[in-house]
Amino acid sequence: MMNRIISSKLVDSMCVISSRRLSFAQSAVNTVQKQKELIKSRELEKDELRPLYMDFQATTPMDPRVLDAMLPYQVNYYGNPHSRTHAYGWESETAMEKARKQVADLIGADPREIVFTSGATESNNMSIKGVARFYKAKKNHIITTQTEHKCVLDSCRILEAEGFEVTYLPVKNNGLIDLKQLQERISPHTSLVSIMTVNNEIGVKQPIEEIGHLCRSKNVFFHTDAAQAVGKIPINVNDWKVDLMSISGHKIYGPKGVGALYVRRRPRVRIEPLQNGGGQERGLRSGTVPTPLVVGFGAACEIAQQELEYDHKRVTVLANRLVQKIMSEIPDVVMNGDPEQRYPGCINLSFAYVEGESLLMALKDVALSSGSACTSASLEPSYVLRAIGADEDLAHSSIRFGIGRFTTEEEVDYTVEKCIQQVKRLREMSPLWEMVQEGIDLKSIKWTQH
Amino acid sequence: MASCSRAQVISLYRMLMKESKQFPSYNYRTYALRRVKDGFRENLHVDNPKTLDVLLNQARENLALIKRQVSIGHLYSAQKTIVEKEPHL
Repeated sequence: MMNRIISSKLVDSMCVISSRRLSFAQSAVNTVQKQKELIKSRELEKDELRPLYMDFQATTPMDPRVLDAMLPYQVNYYGNPHSRTHAYGWESETAMEKARKQVADLIGADPREIVFTSGATESNNMSIKGVARFYKAKKNHIITTQTEHKCVLDSCRILEAEGFEVTYLPVKNNGLIDLKQLQERISPHTSLVSIMTVNNEIGVKQPIEEIGHLCRSKNVFFHTDAAQAVGKIPINVNDWKVDLMSISGHKIYGPKGVGALYVRRRPRVRIEPLQNGGGQERGLRSGTVPTPLVVGFGAACEIAQQELEYDHKRVTVLANRLVQKIMSEIPDVVMNGDPEQRYPGCINLSFAYVEGESLLMALKDVALSSGSACTSASLEPSYVLRAIGADEDLAHSSIRFGIGRFTTEEEVDYTVEKCIQQVKRLREMSPLWEMVQEGIDLKSIKWTQH
Repeated sequence: MASCSRAQVISLYRMLMKESKQFPSYNYRTYALRRVKDGFRENLHVDNPKTLDVLLNQARENLALIKRQVSIGHLYSAQKTIVEKEPHL
């Protein structure tokens, strides 16, 4: 396999220099295409050791306390919480309302303002399409950013097809939006501004409080996708003046398949429901509420609230350790996103002159990703990195390290060591690295036809 | 008041550590050991008997929880992670 990598790299590099006008980006895509076939998905064998999990932004393992809270509701207390006539229903409903309170306490809301959904994607869809369609008669403009999650961007695309006007705000090089630009773009026709709290790819934390105050002053509803932020940084929807907030269960050590949407009651936010039926969840999301999942979700929120400070301190220490070690050992590493305004547990590093996919393949003992899980199937570099203005070649060589509650120092040290080792090895094999070492400026090279 | 005695606290701590060591999953095991140690350390100087009672009851509940989760872990065990073997590189 080594020979294939080396030969494919040499062949490609020769093609780059001697064939027609291929930019480095193009050749990178070609090599990525070749390498993509090599990261074949296969399950671990029985005696094979499991890789370290460093992909906490994709999903998180369930906390044992969460599983412990869920099991009784999977085994014995299996009633439908909407059954009003017997004990099975009553005990299920009590558990559901307790979970609702736990979720509400985490974000500083009232339990009546929480709607349980199947996840942050559904919450995002509900809030964006729901608000836009409800207020369609008078307001038809929506503002969002270019670095939002795919579900937000896709919902906006659907709304554009329905006739709404959508503004995709650009972000600065550090990943933050420009508040002045936002202020200029808000018009009397704007019904909703949607900006995520913490980005899942680069970990940047937007100035939500300022944006919330701005939107409130202009009478515009403000939705934020807080899936990556809830339980990790302190959130208060009243201080931040947020009207809608999406929460995901499996990002805070809870079960997959459950999430919530916070819908403000004062001043009231009206939504056209996406899922119609028996009128559960205030008519906003009909359907039986999955008691075991919401019980787990509630327990996860309560644990997150208790452990917030402890986890944050630990994650910061481990993240600094990782970044310091890597940056001190190997040159030409760029951290994407603002270094200050960020959540420390999500680190996106670009290693120049190394391909992201080949580095991931080399780090097969560590579970990492480049970019987000939902975009990893395509060959394009992540749109988030493109939006922050990263160079094409750096965008292709980015890796996202996720650190969470269960990460140990040992895991970080192992990851760092392997990463440094593999980056050095891959750079040795790269002819571009050789050229850089000789002092040639790659951007000045004219790749000519032959 | 007997439950607030130093011996009781230490025995609870030892039992928690002993149970936590049994987690088959590397991440859960290291987390439980670390969290129990840090949890007891941060409450080292608590005097108020009511608070102590509450904390000790929480500790007992956590002990029962850890025992249950350890057995579940053994029932559904998986392979070990890469850092659990002898370092060889």
